[in-house]
Amino acid sequence: MATLILMPRLSPTMEEGVLAKWCKQEGDKVNPGDIIAEVETDKANMDFPLEEEGHLLKLLAQPGQTVKLGAPLAVLGELGEDFSALIAAGSDAAKVSAAPTAEPAKPAVGAGVSVVSVAQPENQAAKTGPAKQTDAQTGGRVKASPLARRIAADLGVDLRKIDGTGPGGRIVKRDVLAAPARASFQAAQPEHSTQEEPLSLLPGDSLVPLSMMRRTAARRLQQSKQTVPHFYLVSDVDMEAAMTFREQLNAASEKTGGEKVSVNDLILKALARALRLLPMANRSIAPGGQQAVAHERVDVSVAVALDDGLITPVVRNADQKSLGAIAKEVRDLAARGREKKLRPEEYSGGTFSLSNLGMYGIREFAAIINPPESGILAVGRVEKRATVVEKNGQDHIEARKKMTLTLSCDHRILDGALGAQLLAKIVEGLQTPWLLVL
Amino acid sequence: MEKTAAPQQPVSKAEVVIVGGGPGGYVAAIRAAQLGKKVAVVERAHLGGICANWGCIPTKALLHSAELFSALKRGAQVGVVADGLRFDFAAAIAHSRKVADKQRRGVSALFQKNGIEHVEQTATLRREAGKLRLVVGTEVVSAPHIVLAVGAKPKTLPGLVPDGKNILTYFEAMKLDKQPKSLVVVGAGAIGIEFAYFYNAIGTEVTVLEALPQILPAEDEEVSEAVKRDLQKQGIRFHVGARFERMETIEAGVRVAFLDALGKRQEIDVEKVLSAVGVTGNLDVVGAQKAGLRIDRGFLAVDDEFRLLDDAGRPVPGFYAIGDCKGGPLLAHKASAEGICCVEHIAGLPSQEIRRVDLSSMPGATFCRPEVGSMGLSEQKAKALGRNIQVGKFPFQASGKAQATGETQGFVKVVLDKETGEILGAHIVGGTASDMISAFCVARSGELTATEILHTVLPHPTYGETLKSAVEQALGEAIDL
Repeated sequence: MATLILMPRLSPTMEEGVLAKWCKQEGDKVNPGDIIAEVETDKANMDFPLEEEGHLLKLLAQPGQTVKLGAPLAVLGELGEDFSALIAAGSDAAKVSAAPTAEPAKPAVGAGVSVVSVAQPENQAAKTGPAKQTDAQTGGRVKASPLARRIAADLGVDLRKIDGTGPGGRIVKRDVLAAPARASFQAAQPEHSTQEEPLSLLPGDSLVPLSMMRRTAARRLQQSKQTVPHFYLVSDVDMEAAMTFREQLNAASEKTGGEKVSVNDLILKALARALRLLPMANRSIAPGGQQAVAHERVDVSVAVALDDGLITPVVRNADQKSLGAIAKEVRDLAARGREKKLRPEEYSGGTFSLSNLGMYGIREFAAIINPPESGILAVGRVEKRATVVEKNGQDHIEARKKMTLTLSCDHRILDGALGAQLLAKIVEGLQTPWLLVL
Repeated sequence: MEKTAAPQQPVSKAEVVIVGGGPGGYVAAIRAAQLGKKVAVVERAHLGGICANWGCIPTKALLHSAELFSALKRGAQVGVVADGLRFDFAAAIAHSRKVADKQRRGVSALFQKNGIEHVEQTATLRREAGKLRLVVGTEVVSAPHIVLAVGAKPKTLPGLVPDGKNILTYFEAMKLDKQPKSLVVVGAGAIGIEFAYFYNAIGTEVTVLEALPQILPAEDEEVSEAVKRDLQKQGIRFHVGARFERMETIEAGVRVAFLDALGKRQEIDVEKVLSAVGVTGNLDVVGAQKAGLRIDRGFLAVDDEFRLLDDAGRPVPGFYAIGDCKGGPLLAHKASAEGICCVEHIAGLPSQEIRRVDLSSMPGATFCRPEVGSMGLSEQKAKALGRNIQVGKFPFQASGKAQATGETQGFVKVVLDKETGEILGAHIVGGTASDMISAFCVARSGELTATEILHTVLPHPTYGETLKSAVEQALGEAIDL
């Protein structure tokens, strides 16, 4: 019997994908595991392998076309089969038959609880809603731990709508915390503005579609700037010691064939060290804004510019890694990020972000927080500045290497005083750089 | 090795090959066999690993001897007078070795019962044409699943390298020919404190050096302080915040120099030094460093399902690591739990049935007197994480059972989440702490809250009933305080 092949979820945050190209043509035989298409998701170009066998009877989407998650892409069946009814049934059929390889929305591996993608709530609600109600109708008792019940009551979560992952399907704390769908969270989702300026194209203007990555970044950053109460802290760092330290490190590692450490690597390490020392700053906001997620791990997201967009690969446990290891990892992640070859778990689940525009000559800037993280550190260039230095009780003006750091904080979980302490610890690490190798 | 043909057969037939027969490896092997897998365990030395042969079990035997000895010394208070009491060091060591032997034979019998092959060979990891391979003897193992459970070995400080004579590791310290007159223990973790307690209790002069500001650094500060105070009363000298500087061999044994917490240089002359400064992954025995694997601070890096990662951080299909060799906490029961979870993934059990390992509630115990048992977050850690907590503490001084036995030192302390009543941590000094903590482990694993504990009736008079008293105290409802 012919079936529809639907757009699968190929990245944890994707809601739609652009069909980049078909790898099989109409009439081609498909074996399980064959890649039938390449799909551009919000983060990367992904292969779409089919797990079923059959012939591609009809391709329903053209390369370049945007297709919603779960919408039909093609028809699979036996040669000569009549599938006109299937196409006529259109989206109805799409709702009934599951996408062949669409994996259940699974949080990125190792990302912990902090992956709160905008796509998740509606998807999970759709998945678990009706099914669980039938359970309730059959008189099924809800199996849940006392702690899960208590937290569900506090948060107003309906246990009947949750899948349990505990022993024997029991609902445990992590299931309640992962549950979406609190009214307050949904209310916080930005509505698409209805008051956009009307489009006016003048001669020489043209409309260019945005890449998936750009669209995702646009949506998330808009949401962040509109719903996260940002405030900013600025500090100047004396970089003389750090620059000398880096030269010595690199001179030593050149001899031993080690990794070259960049200024950015030093800053990343200083940030990770500061977060380790101040665990209260290493927290994310939980959906609903009623709780914070405290992280034991210090996973730093690093903003990497691409030709058309931005990706934030994560250096995991950065506080525990040596500068050489960080340098190597950042270089590898950035290179693969630019080739769009990162796996979803490599660019999600960070606990704090770092953005550096120093290499473009920027003196200082304020960055937008990447939710649910509590903050982002924006880094300007290292430059010589006229600095007042006190020597033997006398003030002198000296040319010293300085850099300006701007910390954007989510005031809901990172207060002014705590943010100031965090920034002070970062500055301390950079001005006494041997702390970074202790 | 003369055993060529015979031991090679089982490896090639096995679906799961486990390297290492310690508490991680042997438990994983039996669980895999229960799940219907053909299993072989490659173990070059003793089945049961360090735990059964040179760790948990034989030290418990020694500690029991020491404890009985000191209990009898105190016996007069409760009407038991032992004249001419003496400690027979050689007999105590012999007893401890006998217990270890019995443990090893026990594991061997379990292997037979479950149809698991023990291959007495060394296994080595190798990269061949980019592929990771395990070589046992001369055979390249083709099993689809290979689990590394190779454990850990003692770390050494520069300038304090164990020589097996004057500078000991736990390995030599548990089988000395003669009781030393004096001993310096460097490192006040569980291993260091247990040996310090043992030797002090049987009459050796013991001094402990610890670089961190508290002994048992992994424990709640109040717990560490209570243990330190009690052990000091028993005669152990402690220097916390002390930095080992160097040592030299002298006629009487060893001269140890260190900087004390105030930065003042001190010297002690002792017969033996025990280095107990921690352990690190046993990676060299299988050649893991040269096999292109990701290594994180001396331990093998793995993903959520215990799959080994290559140096680019990608899982290596078919290769896993569990227990001490993949990092802390370095505990036998943690290794066993990881072994079970790992092979349940391999066997493809549904995710709800897989026994997960929650490192945040892994219990720990130190078997000195007073005993220590703990689980979950310390009060300090919970505060640092910004948790809104309620702390309850019940001293054994107020327990009828403890009054009756005279063992009134220590307390039970609970750390609760103020809003939900979740049991975040529990910390016990004294009583039968290492056993008592189990009740809190069950409660936390089943996600019981303070409420369920209040609604439970516990038997009287026991050390165990103080668990509930501590919860009552946290909620301001203590009956016996």
